[in-house]
Amino acid sequence: MNIVVAMKQIPDLQQIRMRNRQPSLDGVPYALGLIDKNALEAGLQLKEQSGGKVILVSVGNEEVEETMKEALAAGADEAYLVLDDDLADLESSQTAVALAELIKKIDDVGVVIFGEGSGDNYSGQVGPRVAEILGLPQVGCASHIEVNGATARVTRSLENADEILEAELPMVVTVLGDINEPRIPSVTQILKAGKKPKQIFAGSDLEIGLAGRAVSTISNLAPENARKRVAVGSVDELISVLRAEGFVGR
Amino acid sequence: MAAILVYSDHEKLAPELLTAARLLAGGKGTGIKAVAINNAALAQDLAGRGAETCLINDAAILAADTAAVASALCQAAEKLDAAIVLLSSDRRGKELAGRLAQKLGAGSLADVSGLKAEDGKVQCTRNTLGGATVAVQQIETDKAVIALAARSFEAAPQQAGGKVSELAVAATAPSVRLIETRSKASEAVDLQAAEVLVIVGQGVGKEDFPVAEKIAKILGGEIACSKPVATDKKWLPEDRIIGLSGKKCKPQLALIFGVSGQVQFTVGIRDASTVVAVNNDENAFMLQMADYAMVADAKEVLEELNRALG
Ligand SMILES: Cc1cc2nc3c(=O)[nH]c(=O)nc-3n(C[C@H](O)[C@H](O)[C@H](O)COP(=O)(O)OP(=O)(O)OC[C@H]3O[C@@H](n4cnc5c(N)ncnc54)[C@H](O)[C@@H]3O)c2cc1C
Ligand SMILES: Nc1ncnc2c1ncn2[C@@H]1O[C@H](COP(=O)(O)O)[C@@H](O)[C@H]1O
Repeated sequence: MNIVVAMKQIPDLQQIRMRNRQPSLDGVPYALGLIDKNALEAGLQLKEQSGGKVILVSVGNEEVEETMKEALAAGADEAYLVLDDDLADLESSQTAVALAELIKKIDDVGVVIFGEGSGDNYSGQVGPRVAEILGLPQVGCASHIEVNGATARVTRSLENADEILEAELPMVVTVLGDINEPRIPSVTQILKAGKKPKQIFAGSDLEIGLAGRAVSTISNLAPENARKRVAVGSVDELISVLRAEGFVGR
Repeated sequence: MAAILVYSDHEKLAPELLTAARLLAGGKGTGIKAVAINNAALAQDLAGRGAETCLINDAAILAADTAAVASALCQAAEKLDAAIVLLSSDRRGKELAGRLAQKLGAGSLADVSGLKAEDGKVQCTRNTLGGATVAVQQIETDKAVIALAARSFEAAPQQAGGKVSELAVAATAPSVRLIETRSKASEAVDLQAAEVLVIVGQGVGKEDFPVAEKIAKILGGEIACSKPVATDKKWLPEDRIIGLSGKKCKPQLALIFGVSGQVQFTVGIRDASTVVAVNNDENAFMLQMADYAMVADAKEVLEELNRALG
């Protein structure tokens, strides 16, 4: 049984600068989404339990090949990538179609793991969409996954309750950021990662028939930071401020 | 004109969706329909708030089975001639949104905090880039599935009357089995209603929590935290998390101790009226996002504040 992990490359959010409230992505390096690293770790742990391979799938621009090196170094066995600068900025429905096409090319799929939300868009739409396209059962917001032969037991962590669910494989799971602590690859692992097998496709290689954007962005601005930014030197001073603003002694 | 359908299994959030639906309909005679699944009380409640409500009663449709719920709602949308489906953006609703949208061939967005009808399309306001920016995004498809963030709209008020009709859908074979549900013990705090929040981050030690909590009490507010304090350290329950994956709050005052101020956190207090931040690193981003910024040791400030206010 193979485990598929979907990982997205995102711009390093700490390095995005705002110019006139417009985010500038020029020269900002790409990184793996944080929760996607938890998805990978969950996949690696399942492999340690029940064997098979961990296969990455990702869609993005040409940089994806380099970005995914870190994930291969951390222990993924293979990668199926769609590299296409024209497909760099897909929205959820298009990404889902492309990922589903990749997953169809993989044999003996057991669990398909996604992050609960991507690092930049964080909307949690791609995993459930892929589950629907492939007609698979799904459990989102997982805090625990356990495979027993042909079924898996997954804990879905909701705001007010945990649900323990069982489904036949193959199935789709999206994981929470606190499901595990991702391992960090060593330098030797990173050096060797370039040699791991990769299947690389261009958008035109797949039958994706991307139906055009279902969602487009009209504007995207940083909110205005209108904070006063007054330096406060002591607790006494802080209390006078709180008193002046009416928060103390009401 | 096609109708707007609202659905959430969450009793507090479903009435908020009704208000959003009315705003989108803009009094243009667009029908507003609500669906409840295996929850007669919720159906009655929504009907009482003025929605044409349908109850799907079918024990084979398990709330935990996203595929089954999506299939039921897809059939409901078709039968009720709805083009726009509004869901709640809690964990259940976000997960459902993607699956339902794919079934309907609809564009979908989650964590949406504002809505506008524009030339027959729906424009949604939501955070992107991890919370660093606020985007307006338009759904281009004829059908739309939108999950709305809690508290973005007031709950629709109760009116007189209201009738529930039954709706039958074909249940699909179950895709998951529910083994067990374990409710999470927590005293159900309403952070979004608090006027004052005392927020602690990883720069605050566990031993300082009682003091922080006491200060919150004295100021008439609640204690809250950054994400790692709850998810990694488990010092506070997860429903106290402020930020992108926690709560977005609009308190009068946010007193923030030992939080570095990454966007995924600050998005949660962006709408606070007054922000006070205490951090021992003068370069901490949190200090730039504050009205009153104090470079100091959080423990010492908490103790001194407690002595002075207590
Ligand atoms: C998709 C996604 C969603 C996320 N959602 C959220 C969310 O909803 N909420 C959230 O909070 N985070 C969220 N995060 C995590 C976020 O990116 C940060 O990692 C987190 O906010 C950091 O928490 P912190 O500031 O408490 O800890 P740190 O970043 O470790 O900061 C601790 C701060 O305390 C200061 N400090 C240390 N000692 C002292 C002292 N003695 N006195 C005073 N100050 C001291 C330090 O200078 C530092 O600034 C999310 C991340 C991702 C990827
Ligand atoms: N371009 C992509 N390539 C691979 N995986 C992706 C891509 N976009 C999203 N995903 C996966 O889908 C999850 C949810 O993304 P989103 O719906 O954007 O929040 C992510 O955590 C990834 O696991």
